[in-house]
Formats: sequence, C-alpha cells, structure tokens
Amino acid sequence: MVALPYVWLMLFFVVPFVIVLKISFSDVDLAIPPYKPLLDWVGKNSLAIKLNFNNYAFLFTDSLYLRAFANSVKVALISTLLCLIIGYPMAYGIARSRPATRSVLLLLVILPFWTSLLLRVYAWIGLLKANGVINNVLLSLGLIHEPLTMLYTPFAMYIGIVYSYLPFLILPLYANLEKMDWQLLEAAEDLGSRPWQAFYKITLPLSRNGILAGSMLVFIPVVGEFVIPVLLGGPNVLMIGRVLWDEFFSNRAWPVASAVAILLLILLVPFMMWYQSVQARESAGTR
Amino acid sequence: MNHRLSYFVLVCLSLGLAFLYIPILSMVVFSFNASRLVTVWDGAHSPTLKWYFALFNNEEILDAAWISVKVAVVNATGSVILGTLAGFGLARFRHFRGRFTLSAMTTAPLVMPEVITGLSLLLLFVALEQLIGWPAGRGMTTMTIAHMTFSMAYVTVIVNSRLATFDTALEEAAMDLGARPLKVFFVITLPIIFPAILSGWLLAFTLSWDDLVISSFTSGPGSSTLPMVVFSKVRLGVSPEINVLATLTIAVVTGMIVAVSLWMARRTRLEGLALR
Repeated sequence: MVALPYVWLMLFFVVPFVIVLKISFSDVDLAIPPYKPLLDWVGKNSLAIKLNFNNYAFLFTDSLYLRAFANSVKVALISTLLCLIIGYPMAYGIARSRPATRSVLLLLVILPFWTSLLLRVYAWIGLLKANGVINNVLLSLGLIHEPLTMLYTPFAMYIGIVYSYLPFLILPLYANLEKMDWQLLEAAEDLGSRPWQAFYKITLPLSRNGILAGSMLVFIPVVGEFVIPVLLGGPNVLMIGRVLWDEFFSNRAWPVASAVAILLLILLVPFMMWYQSVQARESAGTR
Repeated sequence: MNHRLSYFVLVCLSLGLAFLYIPILSMVVFSFNASRLVTVWDGAHSPTLKWYFALFNNEEILDAAWISVKVAVVNATGSVILGTLAGFGLARFRHFRGRFTLSAMTTAPLVMPEVITGLSLLLLFVALEQLIGWPAGRGMTTMTIAHMTFSMAYVTVIVNSRLATFDTALEEAAMDLGARPLKVFFVITLPIIFPAILSGWLLAFTLSWDDLVISSFTSGPGSSTLPMVVFSKVRLGVSPEINVLATLTIAVVTGMIVAVSLWMARRTRLEGLALR
C-alpha cells in the first residue's frame, strides 16, 4: 500500500537530486540541453567518466556566490527572529484565550495563508511604493514632506518575508502551547515568581519544540526564497535563490545552477534533519 | 483555567492581526478605485466596477486561470490518493522497511526551497526525455507531476496527524464482525478521516493554484499558469486588474474556509450526539 507513494517520491523527489548532482559536474555546452554528458564511450570497450569540478571552483572564486550565500543566511536568520518576536505573543495569546475565541483567532491566522502568496506580496508594493498608501497617509497627515523610499529596499523585503511566513511560525507554536499545562504557571506564581519570571523559566523552555519547528519552517525556505526578494527587495538585494534562477533562466548555465543547488542543499540538509527529529519528538509527545 | 490575557499579549495579538489584514483590505478597497494609478483614490469616479469588467475581458488572464484550474484539480485529486496512502502507512505500520525513508521523503518537501525542487524536477524531465522519450516536451503534465510531488507531502501530514487520534476500536469491531480489511477501510476508516482528506484536497488545490517557482521551471510554451502571468505583470508595476483578482481570490477563499469550518463544527456536534 505504501509502495505507490514510496515509488513516486523516489522517482520524483530523490532521483532528481542525483541528476542535479550529475549535471553539476558537467561541462556547459551550446546545445539542447545545454550540458555535455558525463559518460563517454571512448574507442571500443572503454567508458570514460569525466568529472568537471570547474563549476564548484567557479562558485568559490567569484565572490558573488559566496556573498549571496552569506546574505541569504543572514536574511533568513533575521526574518526568523522577527517572526518569533511577532509570532510568539500571538501564538501565546491564541492558546490562552477562550475555546470559542481561539478557533476564530486561529481561522484569522490561517486565512491569509490560503490566499495567494504572490498576491499578498503584491499588496505590499501598493502600500510601500513612492505614491503608495503609506506615503499618501503620512503626507496628508503632514508627518513627512516628501515620500519615503521604502519599496525596493531590504526593509521592504523583510516586511514581505515576515508577512508571508508568520503563519508558518504561529501554527506549530500554537499547537505546542495548546498542550501546555497552565497550572504550572499558577503554581509558580503562587510560589512568588513574577509573571515574566514564570514565563522565562516555565513557558519558554516547555515550548522549545514549538519554537524550533516554527523557526525551521521559516528559516529553511527563506534561505532559498526567490519571489519576495525580486518583487520587494529590488535589483540590489543578493539572494542565492535569485542567483540560481538567473543562472538557469537568463544565462542558461544549467551546470552552474546545479552546483548552486547542491551547495544550498548541503547547507540546508542538517536543518531539515533537525526539523524532522523535532517533529518526531513532538508527535511522540516527549519534550 | 485563567482566560484573562494580559494587556501586553492583547496588544501584540491585535497589532499582529492588523499587520496580516491591512494589506489584504487595501487590495479590496483599491479594486473599486477608478484611477489607473491604483493607490491614488479617485473620489470623483469611485467606487466603480470597471476593473472587474476589464479582468473578465482579459483573455490572457482567463486562459491562464483555466490552465491553473485544470492543473490544480488533477493535482489535488492525485495528491489526496498518494498522500492518504502514505499517511495511512506511516500512522498504522510502525515497523516496515523504508519507513524512515518514506517519512523523510514526506517531510523534506515541506521545507525544501522551491528553486531546488523546481530545478531538480526539470532536470529529471529533460533526462527522462533523452533516455526514454517521455515526457515529450514540458507542459501541463510535467507541471502536474511536479505539483503532486510537494502537495502530497502536505496531505500526508494532515492524514497522518488525524489518524494519530483515531480510535482503532471501531475498526477492530468491524473486523470482529467479519468485514474484510478493504471493506473496513472504505466503510469505517475513510468516512471518519474524510474531513482530513477534504482539508488535504483543498490545501493541495491551493498550493498548486498559487505556485509560481516550480511551475516556471516545469511548464512549457503555451502552458503559463495564472501566477506566472501575474508575476510578469507585477514585475512591471502595480495593475488595477490584479487588485480585482486578489479581491475575488480572497472572497472565494473566505467563503470556502467559513463553509468548511461550519460544516466540520456541525459534524463534530452530530458525532458527539450520536455517541451519547
């Protein structure tokens, strides 16, 4: 019974990575598809395997790629932190409200997640651009005298990322906090600890798995994010997802794009394994 | 249990929800704006429905929307079948060879950056075409296969977590009364986990309907989906028709989610009554 999904995922999820790995070692070629085969029959009975490490060497010599990697990790870290700062109190508030209010609040958090990401990012263009809603409001209130430049800056990109990924952090965190035994907090307060102390010593450590799972759901995809940096960050924001896209679509450098994908994967796989082990612990109910 | 929230938490919650909803509301409001400048309100001629008519006369957007619907429906149906099988296997069979691999393969697509998934699937399709001549070129078929691969992972998670709280006594009772395993699955298990399967179908539909990156890698000429058309328009700047499209999307999604949650609430209540 599990054979069907198993074979499907093997063929369409695992095998593709092997092919990416293979092509990352190929030469670029002016042909369709634009790369040379790795295996070659030389003469009668000899097979030559030609591994080309130039694509990887290239990534380490041209500083563009390493800067893009470093910047993507930085953006993902800052975004995850921002999502935590905004999302934790929200998840906490939802988990501690009355059951009837809780399901309405939960619905309100999930709803934007169901509407297109592209359209929600687009909404921020209308809010942030020079003659956009925010500038118009600030100008008419007399708070500023000329429009602020917000669109096509890192600021706009962070807003877009936090806005789009916030539900991914809130939901696992809420699922974790919902199972919390709040009597522990009451006990701590009865014993004389202040609310902040009780939060720091009890709620925060107990919600560790929720924090980790939510953070990972933000951090990992944001490292490779493409749409938001392009639409809100403007041409100067260097992100690895965008570099991969441009190598592939604009330069038709499939082997280089594959090498970028492999390095990105090497960077992210440890986090994915961490996420899976957190998920396994969480569903097993141990903390 | 103490339900009183501190002012700090209440303020955070309200600000957070405002942050989530102000952009959405602004799109709805400006979809009725007469001005082509989109964000400059033209009080003299607004509200107007002219961009709604413009959208419904835009062949490019309508064609793309039709392609997106077709891909999303096939994807959702396929993903539900594959995801239910995987979720059922993972939840019911604690020990089988390849369990760890299957669980890893259904978790990884949830967090995998889309550029990697898109690139790797495209390279697979190209390699397969060279090797066995299938798929001949890229288009709706390759796109649907790509969408199913990541959508089924979401369905697996939903079905798996629903089965984790499933009372297996019902199935055992049916088997004691002589029902064969297949019959038990279709008569007992499937109806009980149906809400999870429905959520999975809707989620898979939405994921496919919204996807830009993986579609761009795996589609071919003449199979541009709605997000691909929207993306190329948005790259050139804001357009009033996109506000209309967003408003319609929000209306449909809100209506659907409210209907489904009311239906599920009613169902749980009826089940509660039946058990009493």
